[in-house]
Order: sequence, then C-alpha cells, then structure tokens
Amino acid sequence: MLYVDVNVKCVTTVTPAQKRPILPMFELTKDHEDFRHVVRDFAEREVAPHIAQWDRDHHFPSHLVPQMGELGFFGLVVPEEYGGAGLDEGAFTYLCLAIEELGRVDQSVGITLSAGVGLGINPILTYGTEEQKQRFLPDLVSGKTLAGFGLTEPDAGSDAGATRTKATLADGQWTVNGAKAFITNSGTDRTSVVTVTAKTGERADGKPEISAIMVPSGTDGFTVEPAYHKLGWHASDTHGLTFSGCVVPQENLLGERGAGFKQFLKTLDDGRIAISALAVGLAQACLEQVTEYSKTRTAFGKPIGINQGVSFQVSDLAVMVEAARLLTYKAAWLKDELESGRRSVAEVKQAAAIAKLYSTEAAVTGTRIATQIFGGNGFMEEYPVARFYRDAKILEIGEGTSEVQRMVIARGLGLPQ
Amino acid sequence: MNIVVCVKYVPDAQGDRTFNEDNTTDRANVDGLLSELDEYAVEAALKIVEAGEGEVTVVTVGPEQAADALKKALQMGADKAVHVSDEAIHGSDAVATSLVLAEAVKKIGSPDLVLTGLSSTDGTMSVVPAMLAERLGLPQVTQVSTLEVADGTVKGRRDGDAVSESLEASLPALVSVTDQINEPRYPSFKGIMAAKKKPVETWSLADLGVDAGQVGLDAAWTKVESFAQRPPREQGEIVTDEGDGGTKLAEFLAAQKFV
Repeated sequence: MLYVDVNVKCVTTVTPAQKRPILPMFELTKDHEDFRHVVRDFAEREVAPHIAQWDRDHHFPSHLVPQMGELGFFGLVVPEEYGGAGLDEGAFTYLCLAIEELGRVDQSVGITLSAGVGLGINPILTYGTEEQKQRFLPDLVSGKTLAGFGLTEPDAGSDAGATRTKATLADGQWTVNGAKAFITNSGTDRTSVVTVTAKTGERADGKPEISAIMVPSGTDGFTVEPAYHKLGWHASDTHGLTFSGCVVPQENLLGERGAGFKQFLKTLDDGRIAISALAVGLAQACLEQVTEYSKTRTAFGKPIGINQGVSFQVSDLAVMVEAARLLTYKAAWLKDELESGRRSVAEVKQAAAIAKLYSTEAAVTGTRIATQIFGGNGFMEEYPVARFYRDAKILEIGEGTSEVQRMVIARGLGLPQ
Repeated sequence: MNIVVCVKYVPDAQGDRTFNEDNTTDRANVDGLLSELDEYAVEAALKIVEAGEGEVTVVTVGPEQAADALKKALQMGADKAVHVSDEAIHGSDAVATSLVLAEAVKKIGSPDLVLTGLSSTDGTMSVVPAMLAERLGLPQVTQVSTLEVADGTVKGRRDGDAVSESLEASLPALVSVTDQINEPRYPSFKGIMAAKKKPVETWSLADLGVDAGQVGLDAAWTKVESFAQRPPREQGEIVTDEGDGGTKLAEFLAAQKFV
C-alpha cells in the first residue's frame, strides 16, 4: 500500500504574494487519513464485492447513493443549514479523498459522487436562491435525490458557447427546446432535477446570452433518452436529454440571466481537480494490482516481477501515482485556500489543469501497464484491470480534454493566444 | 441506560500475522483495527441508547495502538472511551484480561448493561464475557442474535444448531452478541469530526488497583509453547482426460471418502 507522506507544514498565515515560498506547502492531516480509512472501508465492503456484476449488467447502484449521503460524502462542501458538514476550511480536499478512494475500487461509483457534488449540488449551492437551496439541497446532501447538469450538446462540447438549446420566457414561464448529450446522473430513479444551459437571447455584443435553467425530472416535454452504450463507466448513469416545449416556472432560472456560461466556467476548475482525484484512485488501484501480480504470477519458474521488463514498468507507475497524487492534492489545497481568500483564481485554474492533464494521462498509462503485465489475463473481465482499462479513457476527455488542459496551461503561462 | 462496551484491538486479518519472541501475538508492529466482531456490540449499544437515552462508554485493554479501536467506536457514535494500558499486561490470558476489564468497568461506574462481541477475531476464545460476568456478579446472556431491553430486563435469542433459546435476565447484566444481530454502521464524516472532541481516559493497572503480578505472561494459566506457519497450499492434482476422466474423478472422490 502506498501513501504519500506529505510532511511539510502548512503555511496558514496570509503571506504577501512576493514573500510566498516558491514551493507551495500543504499537508494531509490525520483527520484526512481517518476519513480516507472510512471511505476505503466502505468501498471495499459495499462496492468491491459487487462491482464486476454491476459493470457487466450496466447496473447503476442507486442504493449506494443514500448510504454515501448518510456517511456525509455529498455534504462535505455544503453548509450545515442544508445538511452538510459545515466545514470552515479544507472541505474540497476531503471531497477529493472520497472520490479517490471510491475511484480506487470503481470509477463509476467515484464519478457518481464527483458529478453528484460538482455538477448537481455545487451550481445550486453557489448560484441558487435561498428558496431553491431549501427546496433541493437537503435531499441531495442526504442522497435521497441526485441532480445533473446539462451543458454538452451533440454539437457543442469544448466550445460550450455554441449551445443551441433555447429557452424563451413568456407569461412567467420558460419554454425549453433542444438536446443535451452525455449527462451524468440525469436518468437515475432518484434524479430530482437537471440544470441545463440554454440560449435565452442575444447580448448587446451579438453573442448568445446563455442562462442556466433548472428542469425537474418528470416535467412534460423533458425526455431522458435510453442509456448510452459506453466503453467504460458501465455502473454510472449517463443519458442524452431532449426538451421539446418543456415548460418550467420563471423562478427556475438558476443564478443571473445571461450568466449561465460564466457560472459554469467557475465550476470547471473544481471538476478538473475532482477528475484528477478519480484518476489518482485508478492509477493507485493499478499499482496495487500489478505489484501483487508481479510477486505471485510465475513464468519460467520465477515470479514475473524479477524481470526488469516488468519491475521497471511497476517502478514507473509508482512514480506516476506519487506525482499525480501530489499534483492533485496541491490543486485541492489551493482550491481550499482560495475559499479562504488566500489564493487567486488564476493559481487554482493553472494547478487544476496541470493536475488533471497529468493524472488522467498517468491513469491511462497505468491501465495500459497493468493490462500488459497481466498478459492474457489482463484482457479477461475476470480481472479488474480489464475494467480499469475500459474506464480510464474517459478521464482524458471529460471535464475538458487533455488538449483543452494544454490550452489552459499555455494561456496561464502567458503564451500568445 | 448506561452501557459499557468492551472492545479489542486486533491485527488486521487481511495482513500478515506475526508473533513476538515470547510467542505472543505481535500487536504493536502490525496493522490493527477494532475487532470486527466487536463492531456488532458497539452497534447494538448505539441502537439501544438512540432509541431511549443514556451513554455508551467503550473500554479496551491493550497497547498504545489500541487507541485506534476506541477511536473507531467513538467515530461510530460512542460517547466516551477508556483505554487500559500497562506494560505489565502484555501476554495476559483470558483470566487476567477479564480481571482488568472487570476493574475497569467498576471504575467507570455501575452500568446497566455490559456488552461484548462474540469473541475476539485473533484469540477467538469466547470466554472473556462469561468470566467478566462472574467477576462483576452479573447475570450473563451470551451469544445472542437478538437483543431487547425493556422494563429492567434484557431479552435475547441464542441460536444453536438444533434449537433457539430465548433468554431473559434482569438488569444490570452482561450480554455478548453475535454477528447476526445487526449491520454495524460506518462512521460518518460528522462522526469522525465529533470523535476528536470525545473524552478518552487512559488508566494504568495502578489506577485500577490491580497488582501487576496477577496479570501478564508470567501469571497466565496457559501459554503458547510454539507456533508454526501453516504450510502453503499445494497445487491440486491435475487429471488429463484420456477418455477415463470420469472414472478417475470418481476414484478420487471415493478415495477422499466424499462418495
């Protein structure tokens, strides 16, 4: 078992930018490790024994959602008044730990939590009116319900500004028309609402005005399409959504009219760090699997790990896991520091893109190493590394592709745009 | 209703088990945890208190690391913890352990109910609950799979191979529970945070008025003479089917007296 021991003391005082140490410093505390233990225990007892079956059956394990709610996973970043943990500091780091540990056992369960919080809860928490928060958050935090966020469209992915879904306001009601693609947690038996971005008009500069509108499940004209046939993430719920003449009250507008795109961009950095944590969990799982296999699998009368062709690959993977974890928790720490007003948005954005890019590529590489070392067995679904291999690829795509991360990093470096 | 739950810190069954030079289980240098069988006792206590009122105190006897077992119980929801730790206790047998536990329970106060698990997952003797009940002069209701507390009595069902017995005792009493009684909860995030503020007292033998000569390896009635690792499992016999596979299989089963 490999843990990063980040024994560097956290600088908690407000330091002027110019006096900041060159190396940002952070640590995972005993509290973090206590929490990690609980999540790991939960994942190994409640998820691991069943996941192969769920994966095979494309079954969304809905019953885990209230269990995770009860343990407080969905409320880590939420104030107490809506049922959350009400943490003053460090909330996001706890969330990343939970995502990593779930992701170590299964990526689908990890993304269910990550999307449930990042895309379901966060937009409502950040931009919702008091009434909207009271209406939706307590059930989302307890895991009674789930919420989705619909941004991507069949013809609008990384260029989210090309949104074609439209919402028109008349007589105090929004009428939504259009389609959304690849929306996580949007069609489960406990999905209560999906927030969608839609064009609500044109700005003075001629660009489309994008707003976010909450569409409760079951609204007439809101159709959840059949689940996708995905390469991986089989136990995660993903659907296309169509809206035709779908009418919701005016007060279902989330946040400011015309701010839909801006609001969304603000949640992107969190999402990237969360996916990075998910990738760390996957790479860690690969490392554990190949380490054990290299010791126990024999070829030519010896454990295969005695061959440098194998052991060097395992060593490389160990380095990747360590580096990915450090980048991820540094980004998470910066995000928590940002919440406390000690860091800038630009720092978080850069760290999030760097962590997401590195960790997800490390995870893909890690699953390739793992399946290779497992040989023929790695191609068999009897071994979890086959599922890991299928689950990894999406990490380089969702929440901004690797290419988009490189664009963000280049922009952060001040390269000509 | 005040409940004391006796718990044990045991080596993780999934990890490597090692022994000390004196043939006692190495508890200090291995990954340990709250004995899974004791989680059921903690859960049972929490359920009783949550349904009414009162306080759950967990107590353990063990080395410094045993505090982790108490922490887990506190994270699950127990109110306070007592850790009896003393070098002299090292190597104690069940008789001595029950003596130390009994004195600890007396010092905690007079609980209405003392709960324990079915047995420890490392020693697996199952005798401490009965010994403890005798030392405390309490009625003992052991190895029950149901538990009901009402009107000054405790009722439970003990499932045997052939019969199930319904038992009843007046409170205060000692009850040991099986792994069939409930589904122990996982600590919630709030539970983890709350546990940090809960009181944990550490007592030595002197605090309990127990003479060091009554406990430890030298006072043990039984002693582990030697131990040996179980030999690794050997590869099974592979039969090549040359048209007589069925016969060979039947012969094998007959030789093992399976058929």
